[in-house]
Amino acid sequence: MDDLYREIIIERYKEPLYRGVLEPHDISFEDENPLCGDHIRIDLRVDENSRVVEAAFSGHGCAISQASADLLLESIIGKTLDEVKQLSKQDVLELLGIELGPVRLKCALLPLKVIKAGVYGLGEASDSLVEE
Amino acid sequence: MTTTLTERLDVMRIREDFPVLKREVAPGVPLVYLDSTATSQKPLAVIRAMNDYYERSNANIHRGVHTLAEEATAQYEAAREKIAEFIGVRKSREVVFVRNTTEAINLVAFSWGRKFLQRGDRVLLTEMEHHSNLVPWQILAQEKEILLDFIPVTTDGLLDLEEFERLLNLKPKLVAVTQMSNVLGTINPVKKLTQRAHQVGAVVLVDGAQSVPHLPVNVQDLEIDFLAFSAHKMLGPTGIGVLFGREELLEAMPPFLGGGDMIKKVHLRSFSPNELPHKFEAGTPAIAEAIGFGAAIDYLKQVGMERVAAHEHDIISYALEALSEIEGLTLYGPSADQKGAVVSFTMRGVHPHDVSQILDSQGIAVRAGHHCAMPLHEKFGLPATTRASFYLYNTRQEVDQLVQGLAKVKKIFG
Ligand SMILES: Cc1ncc(COP(=O)(O)O)c(C=O)c1O
Repeated sequence: MDDLYREIIIERYKEPLYRGVLEPHDISFEDENPLCGDHIRIDLRVDENSRVVEAAFSGHGCAISQASADLLLESIIGKTLDEVKQLSKQDVLELLGIELGPVRLKCALLPLKVIKAGVYGLGEASDSLVEE
Repeated sequence: MTTTLTERLDVMRIREDFPVLKREVAPGVPLVYLDSTATSQKPLAVIRAMNDYYERSNANIHRGVHTLAEEATAQYEAAREKIAEFIGVRKSREVVFVRNTTEAINLVAFSWGRKFLQRGDRVLLTEMEHHSNLVPWQILAQEKEILLDFIPVTTDGLLDLEEFERLLNLKPKLVAVTQMSNVLGTINPVKKLTQRAHQVGAVVLVDGAQSVPHLPVNVQDLEIDFLAFSAHKMLGPTGIGVLFGREELLEAMPPFLGGGDMIKKVHLRSFSPNELPHKFEAGTPAIAEAIGFGAAIDYLKQVGMERVAAHEHDIISYALEALSEIEGLTLYGPSADQKGAVVSFTMRGVHPHDVSQILDSQGIAVRAGHHCAMPLHEKFGLPATTRASFYLYNTRQEVDQLVQGLAKVKKIFG
């Protein structure tokens, strides 16, 4: 269980590389986990080829959700929006390098859900975006 | 067995009665269960009572004339009698079985509220209510255009009684308050509230989800009109709870759900409702659960609620003292003399989820989140807290384990 708090997670929680807001931005979306009140906003800038060139997250949440946001944003820099749409639950778990029970999985997947809802231009984020 | 207060509760003996307290959550990591506010553990007596019913007497209740149906009905109704006596109700017809506290409050909102509240009428609530004593009134407010007012909570986590007086001048038709906050642990002065509310002609509903399991509660002494509580928080099973209502109120209310058991006569186009309490118990009820609830009441009575309360007071006093010494920890709610055995806290720099996850790795079960009281958390400017809660089976040693567990959280987040 303690493996959950791998160094990388604590590190990214305490000193995230992608924390902030982008104004102006091309894509922005925010949502929360109603079970725990975690709130995440993600801003993206993309170039003319629809590649993500800059990304930032803001809001508040637990170490898992914050580290997940930070690592995920790092991983999508340089990716096209179509590639971002392909990201799955498994990709997030690999980035974090941990296994999670159903409750904490929600924390880990919130950032991906927010990114995908933004990229797809949806009005509302839904869990189906991050299910297998 | 009757008990006197001079004799302390023997917590080690009590723990023997709860099979789950012997388990380990991982090899070599025994369970430290500090989440009884969410749901309590169950003693063997409760589990056995339900098993026995299924093994020996399982039958649908009422109307059946065979032996099993008679036995099942007798046991179901005996549970009602026990519960009535436990909360000081003289007539067991004032005790309605429902699924839980939430359903009890919804029943009142749906049936009493829809009939007796008109546009512009006011309902007085508090800022510390559980969502189950907020949302039913919000739904009704939308439908009937009634107005909701809230007794504010002070920074110490107490109800602002001066503001209460002012809000009473608005002549609420209903005052609906929790007797004990599930977040702050605050024990509200219910008798004072009911007396003042009655003076302005209001009906009083008390959310007893946290108080009935932990304190002696007598509806006559406290002059309560409606009381809602759940078995699962007081050693009983899930799926069963109680709405107590004064007879005149229940009599005047229309049925909640329609169907079998709640009727006296049915014609193709009309029906006449059954007598109390059956008028509000449509369909086959949770029979085994009611019987289990009865066994839970027997258990609590045998220990004695005064002693349960005294034991919990000892534990929470000890816990507040120990926790207040931890650097970086903020505790919410009043001092031990004004609260039950619940403490919510935040740790600087660590999210409540992470606190409870690391505690879990040491076998310590606490809860993280807004505990179904989002408005209260908003008031304190917190998205979430970690909550530890205690019951008759918890020990001072478990408080020590919590303190050690928190030291480990600090170490990991360094
Ligand atoms: C104060 C309070 N009211 C109501 C409830 C709702 O109880 P239930 O979920 O059993 O309906 C709870 C339980 O969490 C509670 O603590």
